[in-house]
Amino acid sequence: MAEPGQRVRVARMMPPGHVRAPAYLRGKTGVIERRLGAFGNPEKLAYGLPAEPRDLFRVRFTMAEVWGAEAGHPADTIDAEIYEHWLEPVTGETGDAA
Amino acid sequence: MGGQDAGPVPPGEHDFALWEKRVDALVMVAQAHGLMTVDGLRRVLEDMGEQAFETMSYYERWVASLNENLIEAGAYSIEELGRKMAEVQERGDTYAAAARADGGADG
Amino acid sequence: MPHDHHDHGHDHGHDHLSPSGHPFRADNDAPLTYWQTMEIAVRELLIEKGVTTAAEVQAQIEAMDARSPANGAAVVARAWTDPAFKARLLADASPAVREMGFDIGPLKLVAVENTDTVHNVIVCTLCSCYPRNLLGLPPDWYKTREYRSRTVKEPRKVLAEFGVDLPDSVTVRVHDSTADMRYLVVPARPAGTEGMDEAALAALVTRDSMIGTGLPRRPA
Repeated sequence: MAEPGQRVRVARMMPPGHVRAPAYLRGKTGVIERRLGAFGNPEKLAYGLPAEPRDLFRVRFTMAEVWGAEAGHPADTIDAEIYEHWLEPVTGETGDAA
Repeated sequence: MGGQDAGPVPPGEHDFALWEKRVDALVMVAQAHGLMTVDGLRRVLEDMGEQAFETMSYYERWVASLNENLIEAGAYSIEELGRKMAEVQERGDTYAAAARADGGADG
Repeated sequence: MPHDHHDHGHDHGHDHLSPSGHPFRADNDAPLTYWQTMEIAVRELLIEKGVTTAAEVQAQIEAMDARSPANGAAVVARAWTDPAFKARLLADASPAVREMGFDIGPLKLVAVENTDTVHNVIVCTLCSCYPRNLLGLPPDWYKTREYRSRTVKEPRKVLAEFGVDLPDSVTVRVHDSTADMRYLVVPARPAGTEGMDEAALAALVTRDSMIGTGLPRRPA
């Protein structure tokens, strides 16, 4: 899933604890805007634990995808940084984006 | 809190008080010396919950998180903190009075 | 950084003025709070234990005080006048900013450009991430529940509260600083600024225009 332009979905899981994937984007589908490189996993760093490097991506979501009918301007976008272990590849037939 | 309903953005701004600048600086210093991470700062802020967000100022929450992280890192003990806070309170009724007697800190 | 303020009882005049030249809030003379007591105690314990020194804490405060939106304004003005620099800035902002001589530490910066068809705005919904090593500390409103909650859902309404009304022909791109990057908006260069030099242009670049909640000033 490392390529810009690829469609990805943010995992729907809701574990407790310190997570940098914002809740409002969980389960939402977007497009990789760019790869940012590898960073220590914040879910380990937050607890003072040794942190393995994880690839970080900027993912672009449309307002229509994130907010549905509530989106005032559906084509406006939200870019967020999401770690690789929170991203799932989206194949054509399972994409749930408009 | 992204996407939650909320009212108009309050326009006010304030210049930071000295004690707030010191909290900010101590968080940076503690990170520079490997005693905490920005992720640890955020984790404790989040664990403080909605109540803290409503009742404490920004740097009040930061100093609470800073302290929690430093306790976890073993930088000092809870007993040492308790004794020091009691000693500080004895010095005076204002921040200026309590901070002035700090022997070695800047004026 | 090398200033040594380890002397006793010496009041530094600049301790009483903020970077903007205003007095600090009255906290120094208000009743001592629990959290202020904690700040003093934590600082003194770290000094007594040899983790840090009063001079290091003071140097950190001074380093942050020295950072201001003027730094970002200089970067924007350079981008407006030097196409090659702008290309480097948009490709990888941190080295471009460092080449201008700014000490931004480990800051990982992404610059995003406003055009006739795109308006960018920055928010941190999870905490208060901000390019502090370039622009200084964030304004209070940036850290509020209201700004953080609403900007990702109804950015145009939030921008309207700041006096920025955008036509439907402009796409709004919200950037949520969720992890390790920080963001700088390069606002569009205002009309009527042809022939102005970098210093004059920088004076038009406001802090809010680099967050996306404002537009540059118009030339006088």
